[in-house]
Amino acid sequence: MTAATAVPLLALIPFAAALALAATGNTRRRFAAWLAGLATLAALALVAATGPAVFSGAVLHWSVEWVPALSLTLGFRLDGLAWMFALLITGIGALVVLYAAYYLDAKDPAARFFMFLLLFMCAMLGVVLADNLVLLVVFWEATSLTSFLLIGFWQHRADARAGARMALTVTGLGGLCLLAGVLLIGHICDSVQLDVVLASGDLIRAHPMYVPALILVLLGCFTKSAQFPFHFWLPHAMAAPTPVSAYLHSATMVKAGVFLLARLYPALGSSEPWFWIVSLTGLTTLLLGAYTALFKHDLKGLLAYSTISHLGLITLLFGLDQPLAVVAGVFHILNHATFKASLFMVAGIIDHETGSRDMRRLNGLWKYMPWTGALAMIASAAMAGVPLLNGFLSKEMFFAEIIRHQGHVALQWLLPLGATLAGAFGVAYSLRFIHDVFFNGQPVGLTKVPHEPPRFMRITVEMLVVACLAVGLTPDWTIAHVLAVGARGALHGGIGGTLPAYSLAIWHGLNLPLLMSAIALITGVALYFSLHRWVNLHRLDSTPALPKHGGRDVFLILLENGRQRAVAVTSGLQNGSLQRYLLLLILFAMVAGAWPIVTASAPALAQSPAPEPGFGFIVIWMIGLAAVAATVIMHERRLLALLPLGAVGLVVSLTFVYFSAPDLALTQLLVEVATIILMMLALHWLPAESAPGTRGSPARCTRDAIVAIAAGGGVAWLAWSVLKLPVESISPYFLETTKSLGGGTNAVNVIIVDYRGFDTMGEITVMGVAALIIHGLLSDWRPAEAPALPTRPGDTHPLMLALVARLLLPLAAMVSLYLFLRGHNLPGGGFIAGLVLAIALVMQFVGSGREFVAQRMSMDFHVWIGWGLLIAGATGIGSWFVGAPFLTSTYDYPIWPLVGEVPLASASLFDLGVYLTVVGSTMVALIGLARLSATEPPR
Amino acid sequence: MMAALIAIALGALTAGGVYLMLRARSFDLILGLTLLSYAVNLFIFFMGRIRIGAAPIVDGKLAPTLANYADPLPQALVLTAIVISFAMTAVLLVIALRARAATGSDHVDGRDPIQ
Amino acid sequence: MSWTHWIVVPIVLPLMTGALLVLIGRQAPGWTRLISLASMLVLLVVAMLLLRQADDGAVQAYLLSNWRAPFGIALALDRLSALMVVLAALVGLAALLFATGGDDRRGVHFHALFQFQLMGLNGAFLTADLFNLFVFFEVLLIASYGLLLHGAAVARLKASIHYVGFNLAGSALFLIAVSLLYGVTGTLNMADLAERVPGIGADRAPLVRSAALLLLTVFCIKAAMLPLNFWLTDTYRSASAPVAALFAIMTKVGVYAVLRMTTLVFGDTGGLAAHAASPWLPVLAMATLGFGALTALAAQQLNAVVAACVIASAGTVLLGIGLATPASVAASLVYLVNSTLAGAALFLLAERIAAVRGASADRLQPGHLSGPRAEFGAAFFVLAVAVSGAPPLAGFLGKAMLLQAAGNTPLAGWVIAVILASALLIMVAMARSGSVLFWHPARAHTPLVSKEGAAGSHEAQRWSLAGLIALLVACSVFAGPLSRYAQAAAAQLFERRGYIAAVLGAQPVPAAFDVRREMRARQTGRP
Repeated sequence: MTAATAVPLLALIPFAAALALAATGNTRRRFAAWLAGLATLAALALVAATGPAVFSGAVLHWSVEWVPALSLTLGFRLDGLAWMFALLITGIGALVVLYAAYYLDAKDPAARFFMFLLLFMCAMLGVVLADNLVLLVVFWEATSLTSFLLIGFWQHRADARAGARMALTVTGLGGLCLLAGVLLIGHICDSVQLDVVLASGDLIRAHPMYVPALILVLLGCFTKSAQFPFHFWLPHAMAAPTPVSAYLHSATMVKAGVFLLARLYPALGSSEPWFWIVSLTGLTTLLLGAYTALFKHDLKGLLAYSTISHLGLITLLFGLDQPLAVVAGVFHILNHATFKASLFMVAGIIDHETGSRDMRRLNGLWKYMPWTGALAMIASAAMAGVPLLNGFLSKEMFFAEIIRHQGHVALQWLLPLGATLAGAFGVAYSLRFIHDVFFNGQPVGLTKVPHEPPRFMRITVEMLVVACLAVGLTPDWTIAHVLAVGARGALHGGIGGTLPAYSLAIWHGLNLPLLMSAIALITGVALYFSLHRWVNLHRLDSTPALPKHGGRDVFLILLENGRQRAVAVTSGLQNGSLQRYLLLLILFAMVAGAWPIVTASAPALAQSPAPEPGFGFIVIWMIGLAAVAATVIMHERRLLALLPLGAVGLVVSLTFVYFSAPDLALTQLLVEVATIILMMLALHWLPAESAPGTRGSPARCTRDAIVAIAAGGGVAWLAWSVLKLPVESISPYFLETTKSLGGGTNAVNVIIVDYRGFDTMGEITVMGVAALIIHGLLSDWRPAEAPALPTRPGDTHPLMLALVARLLLPLAAMVSLYLFLRGHNLPGGGFIAGLVLAIALVMQFVGSGREFVAQRMSMDFHVWIGWGLLIAGATGIGSWFVGAPFLTSTYDYPIWPLVGEVPLASASLFDLGVYLTVVGSTMVALIGLARLSATEPPR
Repeated sequence: MMAALIAIALGALTAGGVYLMLRARSFDLILGLTLLSYAVNLFIFFMGRIRIGAAPIVDGKLAPTLANYADPLPQALVLTAIVISFAMTAVLLVIALRARAATGSDHVDGRDPIQ
Repeated sequence: MSWTHWIVVPIVLPLMTGALLVLIGRQAPGWTRLISLASMLVLLVVAMLLLRQADDGAVQAYLLSNWRAPFGIALALDRLSALMVVLAALVGLAALLFATGGDDRRGVHFHALFQFQLMGLNGAFLTADLFNLFVFFEVLLIASYGLLLHGAAVARLKASIHYVGFNLAGSALFLIAVSLLYGVTGTLNMADLAERVPGIGADRAPLVRSAALLLLTVFCIKAAMLPLNFWLTDTYRSASAPVAALFAIMTKVGVYAVLRMTTLVFGDTGGLAAHAASPWLPVLAMATLGFGALTALAAQQLNAVVAACVIASAGTVLLGIGLATPASVAASLVYLVNSTLAGAALFLLAERIAAVRGASADRLQPGHLSGPRAEFGAAFFVLAVAVSGAPPLAGFLGKAMLLQAAGNTPLAGWVIAVILASALLIMVAMARSGSVLFWHPARAHTPLVSKEGAAGSHEAQRWSLAGLIALLVACSVFAGPLSRYAQAAAAQLFERRGYIAAVLGAQPVPAAFDVRREMRARQTGRP
């Protein structure tokens, strides 16, 4: 149990340390380094602690529920493979922290660096420890994000920014594919738990979705492990500080890809597609990387491509689909991590001490830093696969597996040839790394005199090199167990299973693999020196026989074109023209509205008896249509256009009268008047006529006309087909209950204030807000220019109007009160009454002109709005106190003098709120405009 | 016949409104929206079907059925609709004149394609 | 919780507060902030209570004016509406707090308008009456006009003509659709519609379907669905940060309405009107998602990127709704919560960044960042992760759920491709924005011009941002409960009976003080 609980802690410790770093805000390098180091060591200790359990063949589980909907638990699972990787991550992590503590410059924000490093470490541990695939993806993406931060650590450098973004884009893409693949797998064996997935390999391979799932997952692995054709991001990630490269690009991040290959081998492996895709990708990458590495002048560039090629080698091993090949792959993962990490660190030391990484300038460093040189020699010898070093052992196994493979005839010779060739190039670039840097003449124009690095910086390299030697000399005592447990995990997912027989002996006798190694060694040496002698690598500024433009350029072009395409598409669609947008809306609505009707089999519509149109109605609408036409035709001469518009409004309200809707008629009429006044006032500040030439081309006008007519036709059709349907409605209820329960004979008004009082509440809110907006727009605005119309209302209207208006006012007030009171039974009500008063008042202002307005400008109608809404709301709340829901109305009929029987419903109180709001709003709006016309325009 | 006539009226109002909405000037847009709101209000109203001389004022003389009275519900809805569209029109109007003053153009996009 | 009136409080409280603020707005500006914030806090508490109430699974109905549905207007509270109300309150509170950093002083009546906006939002989420929904749409729209115009900058005036004009056309369409639906079915109450539509005759069915599609068209304007969303980018960009943040929830009103109608009325139980939108919705949603991602990639300014992300998020949510399975809807809800919070927070952050980057504001060009770079950087990183749906934040979980849900639908391949591709595009856009804004040093130190948001106390703004980010993290940590709630909400939506029974079955209460003589008669259920 204790061992199991150690597993989540393992991932948690670095995270907690990172948070601690962020929290303390202590930016001192020493502090940060110590914190990071201790955290890593603690994690390492936990790995060690869990060792025995794992070696005894146990698989440790620990999990808590997270998102059941995704069957996603926050669960960790430690088997051999996971344990081995955890060891790599924490072990090399510890060394990297130590190294970085001395590598980082005083100017570098060390705290941030170590925080990112710890976060990355946590993500990486999560990937290897996750007990279900979705969680694995979560951590997988987390490694992409954190590595983005690490690669871009030197923000001021353009190449760092670009490299970071490229890495994020490529690996992020892979991560998304992986997610899809994982969900597919989960769909297939309807669980994402590793225990289940790893056990149901046959089920998965048999499933029709196997190949898509495989490809998606492999895309994830290949992007992460920089396999061809996605390898290009890795060299550009070298813009990162060297400790980062040493960590991410030798031991961890790029290893995540091959880890997943190993992890899912039991589930996805051993099938034709797996073999072809994985092995060929691996082979290509192996050769391409090895070849390119030889021609790089940047130390880290060389190492980057060598990493690519070694990852290709590992991939190829897994692709061979043979138990022993898997063992070899796992073994090489370990070995490559050790020697490559040390080489990166050496590169970093050289960079640190000489200020350059360019092998054309770095020469003959041996006499300045012999000790470092010696270490570098051993490490690169291991990389070259020289006997007595760890690299040799795994490379031997690699060759053996290549030979053993009994696959396709073509591969019988292709594989061994490719392997040997790659081996030769491997030897060559390893040799160059040593010869070009430490010998081969004198340094060229270095900024400072090179010297050995500080002790602790070197210790890290020493430790790794010792590891290379120890493993190389005494594999059985050192690595055997780790390898065994790791390989078993890879082969059987930690669930039981046996290992194929193999021996890690240094000497297997004279056999084919040894011969291949020898050939590779000899040709490699020969290759390098001949190139050095007759071609002089220093003068090559690009890799021969390869296209100048690599994947990187393709990527950038894709991205850049993508961006331009995106700009083109979006700005093409979204061109900032309201007319376009409205046209789209109208067309869309027409399609939406017509679609069901067109597609439906024309139904037999039941006819309902409709009255024949009376003569009056026909006449009214003859006028109406004419007025509409006139409005459209004269719309450019605006003041004139208001006349037909008003006529249309009048026709509409007459229609309401004609079809027994007195309230509507009244309201429509009043609103009409208010609207027209509003527009007239507004027209003072708009051009009197539409500027000529902006009418739009005749073609456009015709198009719009056609659209308009079509839209009209649609609405007409809808109305027509509804009018033919027999009525079917909830409305009888209103007629039956308006008097008995609603307490008013005017059903419409009772609906407004009672049945649907809530609508009215919203409606007056809208009015009030509208007034607030208008006030906000006009109160602090003084027009810069004279009114567009030559005259101002003060002068336009004859004295007569003013007089009439003033006489009218008290009368209007009376009428408004009357309408207000009788509203519940006869046409009228708070709204109509309010409008009557408001309009009468406005007449005053318009009629009496500037100074009259000026006097009354103080009158603040906001208060009316506020009170109106408050009263309406309070009335609604009031009913809570009688235990009834919001807005429940109660009423009684007191007899009033003169007016007669008046319904005193709480509804009328509500109506009062409406009344106040309407008057207030209308006044605020209209006065706001009238004020403009009244103010002296600047001369 | 009556239905057809009403439909034509609605269609005409809508068409006029839509056409003006598609014009380039803010004021045209407002005119268009006003016409459209007329059309919409009538549309709502007529969803209660055609009734003549049957105002929904229930004075108890007739049985309270839709046979004797016009449908009051659409009328109530129209009242709300009228008010709201009035408020909205007012707001748009004021925005239009402020925008015109600010941008020097009364084009709906705030700039004249000609210039 | 025995008090039955809680449901209406989220509408009435902002109304009364708003009215009060109109009264005292100009006399006591100091008080307005206090009152506004206090009321918002109360609102949040009430919303939480409602959430707890709703989570017991029973739909609650509330008969306004004490009239039986469908005759009066009814409110209905189920898990979905409760969730939306809470979300609105959270975003509202954050935005309001941020606004007290100075944005609210740039014009009159900011706080009143803000309250009315919330009234509109909550009303739209709670009402069970279609026309009442229209009214609340108008309330929230007009309030949003006011908030957008707040401070009346030229850009805002220009944008608002588009915004207002376009939405007025939309409102007209809304009215046509609703009244058409009434004309054919004779009712406005959603539950009643859900009852009647399945039994509709062949002669009326086409009209009902047509009305349904018109209605959805209107909702999709608000939900920013392609090709009805071109108004959005400029509008949101020109709005001040807190307003834009509040608008992030506004697009979700449209989404909510689509979800409500497609599940309650036009779902697979809709008889002849069933699946009114099913062929179109998912396809257009995917187009929207792709368009949003492309816009994000193309954007030249941070707040434009964010606006694009709002579109993309709307597309994702609509997609989940369009797939119309309980699982996909649940996924949509999880994603909706996360992306709304993230979008809102990013709008706020964009203004803070713009305020400290001097002349180059939040344009994606090298500039001098004269502010707490680390703080901004960290905030941006978290929000970028959240909005691009990358792990471990809830956005990723929502998307993963959606992918999983899509697995069994005919569109599966397309859905997966579009979702993943757009996620990548947004990630790239975010990485680009981040590295330009925080990593790219200015060529020349641009002088710090006092831009919007530069004034006022930044403490409030920092707190609101911190709060939103904390919420996002919480959404991920407690993704379990969140997703469980979402699933329950989705299940409730597809099991329509509860809603219908609750709304139509609700009986008027006998008032304690009862002058309405016929009240007893009403209780006897006599229509």
